[in-house]
Amino acid sequence: MADIVFEYQVDGSDYHRAGEASRSTKSNLKKLGFPSDIIRRVGICMYEGEINMVIHADGGVAKVVIGLDDITIILKDKGPGIPNIDLAMQEGWSTADAQANDLGFGAGMGLPNMKRCSDEMNIDTVVGEGTTVTMKIKTK
Amino acid sequence: MIKHSVIIDKNKCVGCTSCIKACPNEAIRVRGGKARLLDQRCIDCGTCIKKCPHGAIKTTHSDLSILQKYKYTVALPDQALFGQFTKVRDPNVILTALITLGFDDICEPAASAELIAQFAIRDKINGAANKGPAISSCCPTILRLIRMRFPDLIPQVVDTIIPIEHAAIKAREKAIAETGLFPEEIGIIAIVPCPSQITESNYPETMKRRVIDECIPIVDIYGPLESAIKKVTDPIPICRSGRRGLTHAYSGGEAAARKAWNFMAVDEIQNCITMLEEIENGNIPEADYIELNACTCGCVGGSLCVGNPFNAKLRIKKMLGDLPEYFDAYDLSMENRQQLTVSKKLEYLPAFLLDEDRSMAFEKMTKIQEIRKTLPGIDCGSCGAPSCNAFAEDIVQVHADPARCVFHRKESK
Repeated sequence: MADIVFEYQVDGSDYHRAGEASRSTKSNLKKLGFPSDIIRRVGICMYEGEINMVIHADGGVAKVVIGLDDITIILKDKGPGIPNIDLAMQEGWSTADAQANDLGFGAGMGLPNMKRCSDEMNIDTVVGEGTTVTMKIKTK
Repeated sequence: MIKHSVIIDKNKCVGCTSCIKACPNEAIRVRGGKARLLDQRCIDCGTCIKKCPHGAIKTTHSDLSILQKYKYTVALPDQALFGQFTKVRDPNVILTALITLGFDDICEPAASAELIAQFAIRDKINGAANKGPAISSCCPTILRLIRMRFPDLIPQVVDTIIPIEHAAIKAREKAIAETGLFPEEIGIIAIVPCPSQITESNYPETMKRRVIDECIPIVDIYGPLESAIKKVTDPIPICRSGRRGLTHAYSGGEAAARKAWNFMAVDEIQNCITMLEEIENGNIPEADYIELNACTCGCVGGSLCVGNPFNAKLRIKKMLGDLPEYFDAYDLSMENRQQLTVSKKLEYLPAFLLDEDRSMAFEKMTKIQEIRKTLPGIDCGSCGAPSCNAFAEDIVQVHADPARCVFHRKESK
């Protein structure tokens, strides 16, 4: 069985559309009949990732690979990179700007939530070049 | 399969794309030049009724002649009815007029709404509080929407029944006690603001059995009732509901009656969908209770109402000034609490599932993606589906002819 791949461009300047990739992915997972708990976790991982790309990295590409046994989410951006991953993983730590805060984002819960909702998470980051976050959610 | 109350008049339908585009749940297709409802997808929100420029979308319903079918009839006037008439400040005028139209008795859903609110306050009825805000169970369309698209939120829906159904149970009990007739000789007739309540009366979301016999839309009783209202000189003091019951007519009224002070009231179907999506994303609103109404302003905005919803809301607000906060038509300590609690749990409705078999569903989605790439992506609707995505799905799921796409036709020529 071939995996199903969806790719979304996340627009870095558009807070209103952030969440669109997550919405579309959830809708596709429901069509495929995944249990609601899996869909919720994928949805949160995607949503938080999208928001991160909008707030910190001026957008990027979100790719979802849906297999029968697991779902892989790959979020790739050409943003500033994360200088200290341990610090970024702390709840409440955020470098979000005032505009993001005004909109209710930047609470410092993004990466911790993504970690909590995925079975595996890997952050590949180079300061000044960009970040790729890969998350895996097992479906069996 | 549910038979929905929404019906399409084939004679009036010209096969335009207004309804398929407006439907929030992709539940309509145009086939053979006429709109067709997909029963498994419809949530009875009534958006198509409001949007159809040709008046071709209606509901199945009864009219006043149905009163002849029963030996004894009880009217259940939805709260929204009270906002439909100009310069009527006294609910008793409307209730008296209903009696003159031939109903033997009246049982107000507003009084039941009051009781359910009291029950919620005293017994602290909430959803699963640890998972986020409790979600109101007052709008059947929202319940169906949650069942189809947000099954993960089902545990958060409060487990109290819809007020009009409690009114129906009480109405029949009282009628049997007073008349000695058999239950089937008594007609419990709801006067409703929306198609959702009509479908609900036939297929209750939260109860095991039907309790309402007939539904008359507000729009269909409006004419005779307005004439009757003009003739009322000496209104009978029938009204047994207070402010807390009547406010259920508009958005926010139910939450306020439950004294859920930290509440959020969301109205209009698209806003409700957005809110549910946000909750599902883990973006939990800072409220303890969320009231969701599919129609603008709540029930006063139902597609079977007559008046402008904002106007109707204002009229009801004026009416409230002369009512007590609670009328306490029912005594909670005497009431059967079981009766106020759902007797059927909400269950997931897999209306969007491609196939029961996961690997089959994968195959279908792969095909859909391939077909989707060949479509123009402008969602013009001329194929009869609301979007290119939906059309690609139709090709795979129900073997819709790809040549229905005008771009396909153009290229193959």
